[in-house]
Amino acid sequence: MKRRIDQDLFERRFRRRMLFVAASFALLGMLLGGRAVKLQFVDQAFFARQGDARQMREVDIAAHRGTITDRRGEPLAVSSPVDSVWANPAELRNARDRIPELAQRVGREPEWILRAISSQPEREFLYLRRHLPPEQAAAVMELGIPGVHLQREYRRFYPTGEVTGHLLGFTNIDDAGQEGLELAYDHWLAGQPGRKRVRRDRLGNIIEDVASIREARPGRDLRLSIDLRIQYLAYRELKRAVQAHQARSGSMVILDVRTGEVLAMVNQPNFNPNDRGQLQAERYRNRATNDIFEPGSSIKPLIIAAALSSGKFAVDAEIDTAPGWLTIGTKTIEDRDNLGRIDFATLLLRSSNVGASKVALALEPRQLWSELRRFGLGEVSATGFPGESAGVLMEPELWRPIGQATLAYGYGLSVTPLQLAHAYAVLGADGRAAPVSMLALNRPAQLQQVIEPAVARAVLEMMQPVVSAEGTAPRAAIPGYRVAGKTGTARKFTSGGYHDDRYLSVFGGIAPASEPQLAAVVMIDEPSTGVYYGGEVAAPVFARVLGDALRILGIPPDDGAGARSAGTLVQAAGQP
Amino acid sequence: MAVSSSVFGERHSLGLGARLLAALKLDAPLLLGLAAIAAFGLVVLWSAGGQEPGLLVRQLVRLGVAFGVMLVVAQVPPKMLRLWSPWLFALGLALLVAVLLVGDVGKGAQRWLDLGVVRFQPSELMKLAVPMMAAWYLHDRPLPPRLGELALVVVVVAVPAVLIARQPDLGTALLVASAGILVVLLGGLRVRMILLLGAVAAVLAPVLWHFMHDYQRRRVLTFLQPESDPLGSGYHIIQSKIAIGSGGLFGKGWGNGSQAQLEFLPERSTDFIFAVLGEEFGLLGLGLLLVGYLVVVGRGLFIALQAQDTFSRLLAGSISLTFFVYVFVNTGMVTGLLPVVGVPLPLVSYGGTSMVTLMAGFGMLMSIHGHRNLLAR
Repeated sequence: MKRRIDQDLFERRFRRRMLFVAASFALLGMLLGGRAVKLQFVDQAFFARQGDARQMREVDIAAHRGTITDRRGEPLAVSSPVDSVWANPAELRNARDRIPELAQRVGREPEWILRAISSQPEREFLYLRRHLPPEQAAAVMELGIPGVHLQREYRRFYPTGEVTGHLLGFTNIDDAGQEGLELAYDHWLAGQPGRKRVRRDRLGNIIEDVASIREARPGRDLRLSIDLRIQYLAYRELKRAVQAHQARSGSMVILDVRTGEVLAMVNQPNFNPNDRGQLQAERYRNRATNDIFEPGSSIKPLIIAAALSSGKFAVDAEIDTAPGWLTIGTKTIEDRDNLGRIDFATLLLRSSNVGASKVALALEPRQLWSELRRFGLGEVSATGFPGESAGVLMEPELWRPIGQATLAYGYGLSVTPLQLAHAYAVLGADGRAAPVSMLALNRPAQLQQVIEPAVARAVLEMMQPVVSAEGTAPRAAIPGYRVAGKTGTARKFTSGGYHDDRYLSVFGGIAPASEPQLAAVVMIDEPSTGVYYGGEVAAPVFARVLGDALRILGIPPDDGAGARSAGTLVQAAGQP
Repeated sequence: MAVSSSVFGERHSLGLGARLLAALKLDAPLLLGLAAIAAFGLVVLWSAGGQEPGLLVRQLVRLGVAFGVMLVVAQVPPKMLRLWSPWLFALGLALLVAVLLVGDVGKGAQRWLDLGVVRFQPSELMKLAVPMMAAWYLHDRPLPPRLGELALVVVVVAVPAVLIARQPDLGTALLVASAGILVVLLGGLRVRMILLLGAVAAVLAPVLWHFMHDYQRRRVLTFLQPESDPLGSGYHIIQSKIAIGSGGLFGKGWGNGSQAQLEFLPERSTDFIFAVLGEEFGLLGLGLLLVGYLVVVGRGLFIALQAQDTFSRLLAGSISLTFFVYVFVNTGMVTGLLPVVGVPLPLVSYGGTSMVTLMAGFGMLMSIHGHRNLLAR
């Protein structure tokens, strides 16, 4: 019976204890419930924000860079989508055993990847390979290696390669212009990268596009004034000449006389902008705008134009060059022959240094200076090309008589090939100057009358015999067309003074002379196979390129029979 | 004849199912509660495990094994359980010592015993053996126990707990200790004694701190101020709080929990699965699961009240309340209420061993309820 009572007592106590323990546990349960309510109801917004802060990221969307075309729409620089492979080194380290196959697909040495991911362990982003073709990038992703990701980018391709390399320049790996027109018009071509909000997982993979913050604005296209057909001709012929004469370098510029548009601009040595291994300043510099040289006798037409403009000389004036030399101070200026009394045409035809010096010395220094400035010497052209040189034309107050005399045959001043071509274009355009443009104009050029039309026509007339059989450049003649031009053969000046054996061969010309359309300058630096006269080295390039260019442009031949027969005759004799 | 009565109502007429359950000594409300939790757990696991069928199948197999073990244990009469208790305890203790001497190291802790066929965690056995032993000892003594008897029980509980903590496995040690302490609490303790024990615990805390491993100390410090090391040991808690908090009242939807699916949340299919539930099903989902657990605990306590001998009562009470401790430690950890200790969410977390132990415990509850001598009252 006692045991029974104990049992009842125990039972009651057990119930009470159970209740007590259960109640304390219920308290814990309520604590838990309260916690859940606090997290999910009271602080829900805070934690939702915290979650977004970890998952949401804003990322750039690459903008498509504008296409560069020639004046007829041929593509010269195009951007095509590529994929860059990047990795999170921390994750890739966990997949060490798969690095060999990864290395093989991205085209790297396995050691390179191993070194890269272990050298900076705190990094979270590492390019394994940039700019892979999309299909190759897809093959990399097929491996499914954790921590390896793609990034969409655009890569620049230059279909015309080295033919337009100097002019276009190139972009860097981030698609920003670095040289040439890519740099000059970067703001126009580049466009504006867009931005979007994405949800990422812990490993940085983009899971979904949540919102677009800003659409990527693609860059605008650029249409150059270049005519690819003529550009290619110029490229081919210049390269051939530079190789044949084993010259250091060369440039050629062709301008449209009436609009100032650059139809072709080439240089040697050259480079292929698609191959970054070739990026050396020596090769990618656009010498046609950025390098200066002493023009030698090719300046003489401008001196004569200045003389005629001054009113001190008539068109039929004669200059006495006897006895074939001229002494100024301690210096002596010489012609090869004693030409006696000669007119301007003969001065150009025989390239008389004495005659040109006498003409220059007859002018006021400031007058001569300002006439040369009107032709654009000593100032940068309107192209805005990066690194373009203004050339050198000293202030007249600094001139001494000998300097004024040597200026007349192209020493003591420097020009770029483009400047010289532009000056010749003024002669071809009845004395009107059009701003030089590397972009195709969509409205008429703003021409400015810088010299009298009559003077320009007279000088142009005087320049035509130069390409005759009697002149210095019979090989510049183009069958069927009349050509006005002038050779130049300048001794090179380096730190040791003027060299006896290092020359620069120049030919500048305008065609067709009857109704000028094209002005061109060919400059070849240090031909070293024995021939070095401008008429021998540079003039043939001019004739070949311009002859084909005139036909390509559909410019009708001159009907001047004399010019044609002379040209044909010379062509027959001069061409191999 | 009333075979089964429950807090959910009396039933007098029995269907075929009910008779089958009675024959198998199974308790319908408890079984339903457990099954419902397990089913809900599978739903959450599908999402937390990255929608991987293989993972789900493995978990299903484990659940099947666990419920099978429960069914087997339910057939063992409570008297038998009581008689086996000292032997089971002795075996467990021996194995624990063996683990310390020759155990396998896994994840930096020495917890496993390789028996050739299976790898076995003796600490799991102790989760049941300790409360059984304590209940066995108090079974035929007048209650509440005297101080000397109490001291002996404390030793019975403390020795295995310390051995397990040395492995080190703080979470399991905690569960084993609480299972034993709950037996003592249910067995009867004077208020003075409770206060005394509290004081001793307060004194022992620094001592315990001294013996803790570095990583354990770090967890406690992290718990006190998780933001102090957001990328290191505070990372788990911060990410799981964000997951639960951003879930809101109704959650982001099944499979749409961005914290969980984007792998910001660590251990999302195991210890931190509660955070996935909170993120995807919101407060509503958490509430539902907690109600499920409460039903199971409530039914367990009811069974304890209905039990007919001291051993059965103490064991049933301890098992039920330990189950609640499981839930509370895990959810408290995931919600940032408690420090991070590796305790899975019962029946929901991916993993096998502890689930089998758990269901064996519920098998004992079923046995206690199913083997009542109905004519004795």
